[in-house]
Amino acid sequence: MAVETLPPKAGGAGLGSGRGRILSSLRHNPLGITGGIMLVAVVLAGLLAPLLAPYSPSEVHFDTPFQRPLTEGFPLGTDDLGRDILSRLLFGIQTSLQVGVLSVLLAVVIGTPLGLLAGYSRGFDAVISRLTDVTLAFPFLIIAVGLAAISGPSLGNAAIALGIAQIPTMIRVVRGETLRIKESDFVLGARTMDASPTWIMLRHVLPNATSAIIVQATVIMPVAVIGEALLSFLGLGIQPPTPSLGIMLSDAQQYIFRAPSAAIFPGIAIALICLAFNLFGDALRDAFDPTNTTRK
Amino acid sequence: MLQDAENILEVSDLDVTFGGTPVLHRIGFSMRRGERVAIVGQSGSGKSTAIGAILRLLPGSGRITHGSIVLGAGRTRGGVEDLATATEPVMRSIRGQRVGLVPQDPMSNLNPAMKIGPQVADALVASRRDLGAEGKLDRAEVKRRAVALLTEAGIPDAERRYGQYPHEFSGGMRQRVLIAIALAGEPELLIADEPTSALDVTVQRQILNHLQSLVDARGTSLLFITHDLGLAADRTDRIIVMSEGRIVEVGTPRQILLDPQEEYTKQLVAAAPSVAAALDADPLAETPAARSEPILVVRNLVKEFALRGQRGGTVRAVNDVSFQVERGTTTAVVGESGSGKTTVARIILGLESASSGEALIDGASLTTTRGAQRRALRRMVQPVFQDPYGSLDPTYSIERLIDEPLRIFGVGDRESRRERVAELLDQVALPRGVAQRRPNELSGGQRQRVAIARALALEPELLICDEAVSALDVLVQDQILTLLADLQDRLGLTYLFITHDLSVVRQIAHDVVVMRSGDVVESGTVDEVFNRPRADYTKELLGAIPGAAFAA
Repeated sequence: MAVETLPPKAGGAGLGSGRGRILSSLRHNPLGITGGIMLVAVVLAGLLAPLLAPYSPSEVHFDTPFQRPLTEGFPLGTDDLGRDILSRLLFGIQTSLQVGVLSVLLAVVIGTPLGLLAGYSRGFDAVISRLTDVTLAFPFLIIAVGLAAISGPSLGNAAIALGIAQIPTMIRVVRGETLRIKESDFVLGARTMDASPTWIMLRHVLPNATSAIIVQATVIMPVAVIGEALLSFLGLGIQPPTPSLGIMLSDAQQYIFRAPSAAIFPGIAIALICLAFNLFGDALRDAFDPTNTTRK
Repeated sequence: MLQDAENILEVSDLDVTFGGTPVLHRIGFSMRRGERVAIVGQSGSGKSTAIGAILRLLPGSGRITHGSIVLGAGRTRGGVEDLATATEPVMRSIRGQRVGLVPQDPMSNLNPAMKIGPQVADALVASRRDLGAEGKLDRAEVKRRAVALLTEAGIPDAERRYGQYPHEFSGGMRQRVLIAIALAGEPELLIADEPTSALDVTVQRQILNHLQSLVDARGTSLLFITHDLGLAADRTDRIIVMSEGRIVEVGTPRQILLDPQEEYTKQLVAAAPSVAAALDADPLAETPAARSEPILVVRNLVKEFALRGQRGGTVRAVNDVSFQVERGTTTAVVGESGSGKTTVARIILGLESASSGEALIDGASLTTTRGAQRRALRRMVQPVFQDPYGSLDPTYSIERLIDEPLRIFGVGDRESRRERVAELLDQVALPRGVAQRRPNELSGGQRQRVAIARALALEPELLICDEAVSALDVLVQDQILTLLADLQDRLGLTYLFITHDLSVVRQIAHDVVVMRSGDVVESGTVDEVFNRPRADYTKELLGAIPGAAFAA
């Protein structure tokens, strides 16, 4: 961008436009690009599972159990019931991503406004922080069991239980950031301009807390994917025969020595999902963080 | 190796690069034993890099790529060494023992989790590490010596304070501890890197006087790094002026101040507020002839803060302060940290409420009015804060920063707001091209211009400048002060200027209010206060302005 004085243009006042800054920052971050590509690949794999999968995920082949990877017809081999691991993996990614994204959304959508309120106003803080403490006192398994008891185990309920479990930490992260940001000079300046608390929270505190929220979201995401595996293992989450990465992992451990590949592939998929979200989240945070623009 | 045996330090043709970018270009100077030399320059001039090179503590990718730094033989120990090529073990025996450092920031250079005494004792033990078994002191002896060092550095009751933590010390006292640590190894060369920039002027003077007497008593050579030309002139035998990694000029204080040869030095001398104030016998051009009605009236203002943990205990930050500011003039509120000057500013801005008394802007107070009247008042008063790094939201573009007040007050539509931003950028002499940049892409001076543009957006009549130039380099400070004066002429603005720097006051203010511990000590026109100060405290403050010796 030119530093020199630009001649004033008619109407535009010669101030230029600020669009495209985040995109261009993302483009300059090789790790971020890698993460982004991985993320796109994982999401596409999940979305296109019905098209890509050679078989139905629950289709059994009793005559060919425990096939090794690269066997003809079963590129990643089969499990104890002769189900095609590749097909199950693709559908499993789909369900795991659904649970992960839903629970992260829940935590962000509920945790962020509560955190902002708690950080900004002392009155709200007293109420919200106590509620947070109470929620933290319940292990999320209890919440999950409760939900499953009321409305039956399902993907949605697992996501809700996982999301609720993450709300307290989200509130604390946002509250801490708010406490820090509201003391800064620029918030003081906004107050002298008669800005309302809503204006300050939404236009100053929230943008400055974005990077912390993104980081927290990328931390929650893998926790949720693994948490889903745990819930499904206990029978509180996804119900067989619907495949999820967690169910595949827990099934595979019964015959892990006979067919290690049945555990390895879903494990790799979980690792890839976590890595993709972390790398992309880091890049996103750098892109949103204006103090980082000099690093190119 | 050493060209003159009488020299303690000879730096020649020194080049330093950071990751391939040259930062120092063929720096060369020498210091005689017992001499006091100042390196003066603005931030980015390379003065701190020069010390980093001498101590071989260059941060990150810094490398010495050419030249030598020869340290003369010690009187009691150590031979001639070239510090540019010395090995790390040799450097370890030199740092703290033959070359001591008094660092800049007393707030961050002491370990907050460690008692003061042991921190001095650590330095003492480390400096004797090379002496082997016979140099080892027993614990009682270490403590005795550390207490002696603290006492020597000017800490009263050092025996008792030995066991206290840094947070129990004031800034000046912490700086004394740092001096004690630097002197623990009895170095022959002491490097002081802006040792008092973070301190109030009167404290600064005490510390420097003390440092000077210590250095003189020991015959230590002193390399003094500062951005304040007046301070350098007062305290040293020779001044080295640096700019952009080069030595611009070297000379005695008298030569540099009264007969500078280089263009850059001339600028620096002209801009240095302390020197300018001392050299320029005339205060600011006479106050506006027609004194109009006051825009700001502060009447019997009192602010008490409740003390934490003490029921009913209060501390009076502002005690019965009254003054008034006339339209179109500049009034400076001067005082050291803790004098209550910032609290006064915050009450005027409506950020704090007064315990009693009132601050009236055009007859109304921000803390008591509500609704439309309050909004109208807000538009009349705008602040410019001290720290241009903290006062601008880093996530905003410059355009959004400047038009935020317009958006809050719902002034104009998108197009007219853009026009206004462009106009404001012109007013503060910033190119319009910066509009889409973020604050962190601008320098400190540019940011402060943005802060001023933003304060002007609502066409206020009164600007409250809270230490608005203290964080800036002298040349930039001078530019901003000129800009403020220019804006006052063109827009008829009134300024309330909160500052600790008396020399700045002289440059821009018409009236002065001197505060100390919440009280107004003295007030009057600049001419009265500077030339005929009545209060002792004012005299003390005036005496502490560096560079005053060259007033004649």
